[in-house]
Amino acid sequence: MPATSDRKTPGANPGYRHRCARLDGVGLTLDCGAVLDDVTIAYETYGRLNEARSNAILVCHALTGDQYASGFNPVTGRAGWWSTMVGPGKVIDTDRYFVICQNVLGGCMGTTGPKEINPATGKPYGLDFPVITIADMVRAQALLLDHLGIGDLFCVIGGSMGGMQVLQWAISYPERVFSAVSIAAAARHSAQNIAFHEVGRQAIMADPQWMKGRYLDHGKVPRAGLAVARMAAHITYMSEAALHRKFGRALQDRERISYGFDADFQVESYLRYQGSNFVERFDANSYLYVTRAMDYFDIAAAHDGVLANAFIGTRTRFCILSFSSDWLFPTAESREVVHALNAAAANVSFLEVETDKGHDAFLLDEPEMFETLSGFLDGSAYQRGLGS
Amino acid sequence: MTGRDAAGGGRLMRVDLQLIADMIEPGSRVLDIGCGDGELLYYLVREKRVDGRGLEISQRGVHGCVKRGLSVIQGDADTDLKDYPDGIFDYVILSQTLQATRNPRTILEEMLRVGRHAVVSFPNFGHWQARWHLLFRGRMPVTESLPVPWYSTPNIHLCTIRDFVILCGECGFEILQGYTLAPGGRVRAIGRGFGFSNLFGSDAVFLLGR
Repeated sequence: MPATSDRKTPGANPGYRHRCARLDGVGLTLDCGAVLDDVTIAYETYGRLNEARSNAILVCHALTGDQYASGFNPVTGRAGWWSTMVGPGKVIDTDRYFVICQNVLGGCMGTTGPKEINPATGKPYGLDFPVITIADMVRAQALLLDHLGIGDLFCVIGGSMGGMQVLQWAISYPERVFSAVSIAAAARHSAQNIAFHEVGRQAIMADPQWMKGRYLDHGKVPRAGLAVARMAAHITYMSEAALHRKFGRALQDRERISYGFDADFQVESYLRYQGSNFVERFDANSYLYVTRAMDYFDIAAAHDGVLANAFIGTRTRFCILSFSSDWLFPTAESREVVHALNAAAANVSFLEVETDKGHDAFLLDEPEMFETLSGFLDGSAYQRGLGS
Repeated sequence: MTGRDAAGGGRLMRVDLQLIADMIEPGSRVLDIGCGDGELLYYLVREKRVDGRGLEISQRGVHGCVKRGLSVIQGDADTDLKDYPDGIFDYVILSQTLQATRNPRTILEEMLRVGRHAVVSFPNFGHWQARWHLLFRGRMPVTESLPVPWYSTPNIHLCTIRDFVILCGECGFEILQGYTLAPGGRVRAIGRGFGFSNLFGSDAVFLLGR
């Protein structure tokens, strides 16, 4: 494997050095027309690449995820975001597969993004960073794979925004993707989803500490705005039933309502906690850029308005999963992808998993999801000739 | 690896499924509509090396199929066949499902649009036991092939073998092979007259072409 250089990155835990690959002089041309001469990509790997280099799985993270899919996340001090799924003996078995997870372009965990230094000014990019798309993220990921000497992937897998990247991978690099698993995602961002993102962005930009995006130059952080953005988004990740089951109208550390604006209800307290926690690990400008990338995602629009056109001739094996109580990326959106794949005569499996946990179910302990994915990966490994 | 453990010594447990499996050319492209937990599809993929796909309405069935590595989508035969392009399958199988669909004729036409051949099996309402139930007891039949009483059966479009053959004629489908099963699993080829088959076959399996 080629040598990669470590580099210090600022962040919630400034002492931690993310594992990064510096891809200098790659000249990454973005959808908006801008060119990033140098790209740094922070990534983690789990397991070992086999001799034939045929057992690589790329895990794509969601909006606020990062490269720490498994093991220990040094920034949060907790287990990786998908450690229920990825690890030795897990569904994505690192004893069997070589798993790569990269922080997306525009992210804030070491990969080139608005928080990083703009070589032209010597200061953080801020809003001088070009607007990126899901396809740009995928291009950057492909560059890292080239750098690591990995030609094609046994599987690309991800949920939510990660699922969008999966679909984009299958479209941008069909010959490099043997199988693809897109969970709780869609072929485009709906008007409702764009609307929720806009609320979050406006909350950030309305925070005086945001300072037109130049807060890092002034040593400030738009905490309140970013926290509100997270709170609003977090509601969309849960179902009404799950919220009710978890909190109901239960009061927080009190016997009765206070006739004030403290967090009387547990659900308020929970959201405030989620918001303030998030600020510690995420960059406000990154939130603007990555939500924008999701908003711009529309596969059909890039293929003469016909979604199926994007997949014509594909040889990739697809698995599409949705969750019955997910109202952010409802099953109907997944069905549209499935219908398009059928129309393109693609090999596809599709299941709606029954759960009341909402969109976040893809991150949680969902036995039916695990069993389905295990079966799909085993079936794909059998077709690929990867021994069990 | 083979499916012998699941398929019982290289043969399927169910005679009707084995009959269908025997009609399928090895290595062909197959769509199994209403594939249930994938027993037939698994057999075809492992034993006949087909490029197999499935369509199944029940979440439980799809879960069971994908879990065993089959490419199956959750969907409804009545609405989801229209997505597929013309002629992409060699065989489209509809096993014991036709009678439970809302538009059997449309489905048969769709099957022979997306596939070169259609394989259809269904319970024969013209079987003597069904006739006996109606004629002498004045009641809806409850038999081995039609085990569920009228008020809870999913079967909404039952037909006899003669009905089916007539429909094929109206639609211009060519009947390439036809068999009946009798209770106990005895298989007979369907003759020209249909009368005998229609009376003594409890189930029918047809291979159709355009």
